[in-house]
Amino acid sequence: MKRSLQRVLIGVKAGWQREIRAYFATPLAYLFLAIFLFTLSIFTWDVSGFFDSGAADLAPFFSWHPWLYLLFMPALAMRLWSEESQSGTRELLLSLPVSLTGLVIGKLLAAWTVAAIALILTFPWWISVNYLGPADNTAIALSYAMSWIMAGAYLSLGAMVSALTTSAVIAFVVGVVSAFLLTAAGWPVVSTSIRGLLGPAAADTLAAFSLLTHFETAQRGILDLSSLFYFLSLSVLMVSLNILLIQYRRRSGQ
Amino acid sequence: MLNVESLTKSFGAGAAVDSVSFTLGQGEVVGFLGQNGAGKSTTMRMICGVLDPDAGDAQLQGRSILTDRLEAQRLIGYLPEGAPLYHDMTPVEFLHFLGACHGLGRATLRAATDRVIADARIGDVARRRIAGLSKGYRRRVALAGALLTDPPVLLLDEPMDGLDPVQKQAMRALIARMAGDKAILISTHTLDEVATMCSRAIILDHGRIVADLAPEALARQHELGLEAAFVELVSARRRPS
Repeated sequence: MKRSLQRVLIGVKAGWQREIRAYFATPLAYLFLAIFLFTLSIFTWDVSGFFDSGAADLAPFFSWHPWLYLLFMPALAMRLWSEESQSGTRELLLSLPVSLTGLVIGKLLAAWTVAAIALILTFPWWISVNYLGPADNTAIALSYAMSWIMAGAYLSLGAMVSALTTSAVIAFVVGVVSAFLLTAAGWPVVSTSIRGLLGPAAADTLAAFSLLTHFETAQRGILDLSSLFYFLSLSVLMVSLNILLIQYRRRSGQ
Repeated sequence: MLNVESLTKSFGAGAAVDSVSFTLGQGEVVGFLGQNGAGKSTTMRMICGVLDPDAGDAQLQGRSILTDRLEAQRLIGYLPEGAPLYHDMTPVEFLHFLGACHGLGRATLRAATDRVIADARIGDVARRRIAGLSKGYRRRVALAGALLTDPPVLLLDEPMDGLDPVQKQAMRALIARMAGDKAILISTHTLDEVATMCSRAIILDHGRIVADLAPEALARQHELGLEAAFVELVSARRRPS
């Protein structure tokens, strides 16, 4: 048991180091961070009219997170496994005495680290809101934490999708579409349409699986344990599927 | 050291590898011969755990690649076909990554890195990006990776591919130097290499072993030598009966 755990941890460390190096050895991470921060600022400032509201809270800022994550997190995760398959290094990885579970988690953690850096770099918004008036910093910290955990769920979905294909572009497109479906099911525009088509029970059930629905309470600074459980469960499910997909490809020779 | 038992793999309708069995002992250098698509790489991939067999098993010092995969993989150094590498890394970074996967400590890893850089003769490019290296250097970086933990079993898929004559000679010398305490399986198309380096030749055709004997014995089977014997063996199944 102890030895198995040790092997998983070796895999986590190796996978994390490999991906962090890959992100920062190329302009990918820097480009991601710059575009993410620019887009989030535009949406918060211009579209939501952050400074016009006069309120000292970051709700307009956090409300955009699910929508931006559905685009940006698949971009961050798209090459995690597809590139290994495309370049042939997957064969090298699978020949090494390293835990596959550890590698999958390590690679995901590297992408999650970049997402954490992106969130940390939004600190000027937090400072601004404190400058505007007395802000509930505990609630803001909680919203940040839940946003990061939600980013992990989006990333695990993107990583799983990248294990399906050898093309990073296909992984991105499929990742965005999957993330959109998981997000939009809780969007009032969509849930109203579903209610009309399939009835209220179906609309409520689908909305219960939406990342948007589960982030609603968190963006107001309220800790909802069921939402936390949902984000973590979704991540564990996607990581498990990711491992199963790679094992399947090892069996089928694809 | 390596015991391959009835390895079988099918892709679609046809068998890519059909009940392949052989053993490799310490000090043996075995040439794995066959035409393109004969099943050489598929067999190697199954031995090192990259691909699961439909049937059969490979045991490395008694450890099954199916039931004790990670421990069996510790005993293998594998040079895959095409030498896939991480192009954003330098050779030193690549070797450190492999060392991390093997769970090597810092001091052990440093010593192992220095040793394989010298063995593979990549010292002059050790801190350059792999993306900028020639095909020959890349292959030697991949070989250095296979040798990093000084494993008892080496699986080398087309190790001479992309090397110039001088590099080929150095590679032959390196293999000869390592041969004493290792079991080495070399996949190749070049029969001269088998004649000069290998103590045994295994010939695969359509996923089946059609010959397993010393190169000299194989050459004696045909008056025109090794190449003619090889052509005759792999053509036999196509001849109308």
